[in-house]
Amino acid sequence: MSKRLTKKEKNMKELVVISGKGGTGKTSLLAAFASLAADKVLCDADVDAADLHLIMNPRIRERHDFEAGHRASILQDKCIQCGLCRDLCRWGAISETFVVDSIACEGCGVCYYFCPEKAIDFSLNNCGEWFISDTRFGPMAHARLGIAEENSGKLVTRIRQEGKKLAEQNNLDLLLTDGPPGIGCPVIASMGGATAVLIVSEPTISGRHDMERVAELAAFFKIPTMVCINKFDLNPDQGQLMEAFAKKKNIAVMGRIPFDPVFTRAMVRGKTIFEFDGHSDGSRAVEKIWRDLAQRLELHNTDTKA
Amino acid sequence: MIISVASGKGGTGKTTIATNLALSYGGGVVLLDCDVEEPNAHLFIRPDIREVETITTPVPEVDMGKCTLCGKCAEICQFKAIVVIGETVLTFPEMCHSCGGCMAVCPEKAITETGRVLGVIEKGGRNGLEFVHGKLRVGEAMSPPLIRKVREFERPGVLTIIDAPPGTSCPVIASMKGSDFVLLVTEPTPFGLHDLKLAVGAVKILGIPCGLVINRSDMGDDHVREYAKEQGLDILMEIGFDRRIAEAYSKGEMLVTVMPEWKERFLSLLLRIEERTSHPHVKTSY
Repeated sequence: MSKRLTKKEKNMKELVVISGKGGTGKTSLLAAFASLAADKVLCDADVDAADLHLIMNPRIRERHDFEAGHRASILQDKCIQCGLCRDLCRWGAISETFVVDSIACEGCGVCYYFCPEKAIDFSLNNCGEWFISDTRFGPMAHARLGIAEENSGKLVTRIRQEGKKLAEQNNLDLLLTDGPPGIGCPVIASMGGATAVLIVSEPTISGRHDMERVAELAAFFKIPTMVCINKFDLNPDQGQLMEAFAKKKNIAVMGRIPFDPVFTRAMVRGKTIFEFDGHSDGSRAVEKIWRDLAQRLELHNTDTKA
Repeated sequence: MIISVASGKGGTGKTTIATNLALSYGGGVVLLDCDVEEPNAHLFIRPDIREVETITTPVPEVDMGKCTLCGKCAEICQFKAIVVIGETVLTFPEMCHSCGGCMAVCPEKAITETGRVLGVIEKGGRNGLEFVHGKLRVGEAMSPPLIRKVREFERPGVLTIIDAPPGTSCPVIASMKGSDFVLLVTEPTPFGLHDLKLAVGAVKILGIPCGLVINRSDMGDDHVREYAKEQGLDILMEIGFDRRIAEAYSKGEMLVTVMPEWKERFLSLLLRIEERTSHPHVKTSY
């Protein structure tokens, strides 16, 4: 578990972009940073609804099954219908006809352990795939969690580990990680051990509420936190309240991004905002945010393609 | 009838649809906010909260006076939440899934259960609308058990609207399972379409009828509409991008309050949903 860090790992930085509320522009912003940052690996840790590949158009180099946890199923020829499994199962996953509802099954194995007839199969569960790819911005680690699957936290952890390996192999020292929305298991998995998190929010009553909760989560895990507010002009009063909250909590306010249709237009064409239009208001705001971020994270060099 | 409002992609307008649908219907409706990680519906409904309940999930507590260090509890635990180290048993309550396996297997009956706080459930209402939401404790990883608690407030024969979390994994499944209809809110962009396909996949696994709402319907491309046509998914409502709507939302104002002409549209959305389920009328007159 606690292997000694190599020199490269010590110097490696990881920025995780999160938001609390979904749809505030995490992925578009991360893709924009990919246009500006040098020597980086991209990592899509929003495995539940991964979208970064829609802009990065990755060429998949490696494809791996992701197996985690187990699922019970009853072998009907061995089952004597004694009912012990139904009594013990806390998920109500076993029907009166002794069929396991695989969606309700938590994979706890209690039925498997206690079944007197050994009539329960308890196999590893394939819950998705993960990929190592090449993109026009460098290597990328990403994944696809199977629909309705659990263990997204474990897959997030896996993707970030693979991202770090990629960085090491390619002598790169920055990991740009697109995080999931919310504050639950995948978000917790996406931020542990990160150099910093950047919360991208929007100046709405929900954006503010959700930013406050995810900022509290980052503070709970003692991760240095920064915030930037997208679509700032939609409601400047709300935006200012959010910046005031950040300052009070010692969260660095990295800047304001104006509402700019360039984000949607670039996305529709599968491009970053800099590839689409480097001179839009949105692009200029993001470029400034990146420069300040790079300085704060002490990144040695950044491209200035924009 | 239970209608779940879900999306795949976040920020497409689930909460806007769920809250305005509930408010348009008027009294005799239950609104459950199952996005317990980031609940937002209360910011728009502004219910009077009358009751707050702390929700816990059972986790093991070991009586070392009875424990013989046999290790059976660690052996059965799939989640590494209980281990025997030297002369003691360590539990990791935050890893525990509350299956009760350790307690059931312990030959010395040395394990009892205590609670780990998942969060709170708040109950309230506004003008005959019943409101319940869950708030996951910050730092807690597991939302499905709290979501299931919120869903205990469904009432048979009463229209229940569920605001689901984004994504397609276990919290979303916990929010949609057993509902009569899933309303999928999307936007006509590549991200919206990609995540919509995943959400449709999840709804199909559960075998629930569904329909679409396209929000900011004039801001992207035509691929969502093409996909809907291919899949035979009905587009039940479209909302064009309107800065007034976005600004009202930013302040926590309800669309049907700021622009009352929308109330009719939400009511006809509800009628269209009813036509597509086996619950023709939950209420005979609106």
